[in-house]
Amino acid sequence: MMQPVTLTRKVVKFWPQVDSGYNQNVHDTRSWKPMALKGNLRDFSTTQLLNLINLARKTGTLTIQGGSDTAQMAFREGKLIRATLASEDHTLADMLHKSGKISGKQAAALRARSGTIADKELGLLLINAGYVTQHDIIQSVKQATLDVIYKLFAWVDGMFRFEANKLPENKHILVPIDLDGVIMEGSRRARELEQLQHELPNLDMALKFTDRPDPRLRNANLSVDEWRVVSFINPKNTIGQIARANNMDETKIRRIVYGLMQAGLVDVIEPVQKPKVVEQRPMTPKAAAERRSLVNRLINRIRSL
Amino acid sequence: MQTVKMVVAGPYAAGKTQFIGTISEIDVVSTEKATASIEEQSIKNSTTVAMDFGRITVDDDLVLYLFGTPGQKRFDFMWEILSEGMLGFIVMVDSTRPETFREAVNIMNTFRQYATTPFVIAANKQDLPDAWSIEDLRIALRLDNDVKLLPCTGTDRESVKTVLLELLFSILEELESEALIEE
Ligand SMILES: Nc1nc2c(ncn2[C@@H]2O[C@H](COP(=O)(O)OP(=O)(O)OP(=O)(O)O)[C@@H](O)[C@H]2O)c(=O)[nH]1
Ligand SMILES: [Mg+2]
Repeated sequence: MMQPVTLTRKVVKFWPQVDSGYNQNVHDTRSWKPMALKGNLRDFSTTQLLNLINLARKTGTLTIQGGSDTAQMAFREGKLIRATLASEDHTLADMLHKSGKISGKQAAALRARSGTIADKELGLLLINAGYVTQHDIIQSVKQATLDVIYKLFAWVDGMFRFEANKLPENKHILVPIDLDGVIMEGSRRARELEQLQHELPNLDMALKFTDRPDPRLRNANLSVDEWRVVSFINPKNTIGQIARANNMDETKIRRIVYGLMQAGLVDVIEPVQKPKVVEQRPMTPKAAAERRSLVNRLINRIRSL
Repeated sequence: MQTVKMVVAGPYAAGKTQFIGTISEIDVVSTEKATASIEEQSIKNSTTVAMDFGRITVDDDLVLYLFGTPGQKRFDFMWEILSEGMLGFIVMVDSTRPETFREAVNIMNTFRQYATTPFVIAANKQDLPDAWSIEDLRIALRLDNDVKLLPCTGTDRESVKTVLLELLFSILEELESEALIEE
């Protein structure tokens, strides 16, 4: 049996050494008279905020109250160490599930059973049990953090406030991320979103396979995400519904759909209302004859292969 | 330009991706990923997560798409979506792994609920020494005599062709019987 005390001590050494400073007195001269850092994204954008935090190597928590959600990001000396959205779960189980390291069932079981175990301890237990590696966990946490922060680049309105030296509790696994790259990638995505909104303004439209498959499709090599979208293509599913079914944000679904359109694989169409009951209507003789001819063509083709 | 589709279903590692890959004119665009659990890994290292996708161009205005479903249970939400509008479906069963037979039957029954389109069962991996015979499989799977159970070696093109042709024959038969009722 593992002693909880030993475990905790091990845990502390095991994870990246991001001292959260949670229980410390902070002897930072900048902290005893914190300057107000409050405002609205309309006047000072996410990019500008992150630039400031990066350059001034700030430590503390930034809260942004957007229209439909609230985001919290913690920074340690200008590095991003955690980002969460009020609307989403950010437990270790959720992060591992999102990054595909564990199944939905496993995640649910973990959530149900792990109770009050801190993420750091839970992570170590999972590694010891052989479910995941330390690398898996760090990557998943990092990805979850980045997913949140990249969403914020699309927020154009919302009150923000920075609380100096306020940091997350020590129980979380914190992976420090350099803001330089985040800012670059985030602004690239913001520009892209702007362009995509222009190309694909309406997410209430549906998709269908094009009637004239492009020869380029022969060598199509699509990513897992692209295939997820393709598999939901149906005149009854709107692009917005496909995004929700796949847990994709607007930028992501727009980028994928736009790519598929460019590849000549899909067309955008008006969605068709889903009929309540699929009725099996008997075929007219003419339709049946056409159908038979179609099947015969298929038979001949496969024979010739 | 018309597109039609067939669905290849079956338990984990039955050989769905292989089957489509053997006959498709494009490289199977598959969404394989490394298997998650140790139990799965003992069978193979990658699995289909969303679906596989193969294509056979028939002529200038007809294309056949082959969709492979993900075998693992946790992706079964994909099945109904994939089955919509299909011409017919194939249920693959790994003839060497009796522990998957029950699952194959469940999959067959689930797809029959989604659609009344014809289907065939492919008893795959018949090239392996451990493969169960067709006769034994019919009993083990408790198949009615009118259900087509076909020997198959997913790695062999002729064998894959035969399975597809048998399915198409069933579809044709069904169309002919419908036409009779109509006339
Ligand atoms: N000997 C032999 N091996 C086969 C045959 N068909 C498939 N295999 C092998 O069986 C393994 C599983 O095949 P896959 O095509 O990946 O199976 P799958 O049904 O797509 O599996 P999932 O997508 O994970 O559900 C692979 O190693 C194939 O090479 C066959 O007819 N004979
Ligand atoms: Mg597969």
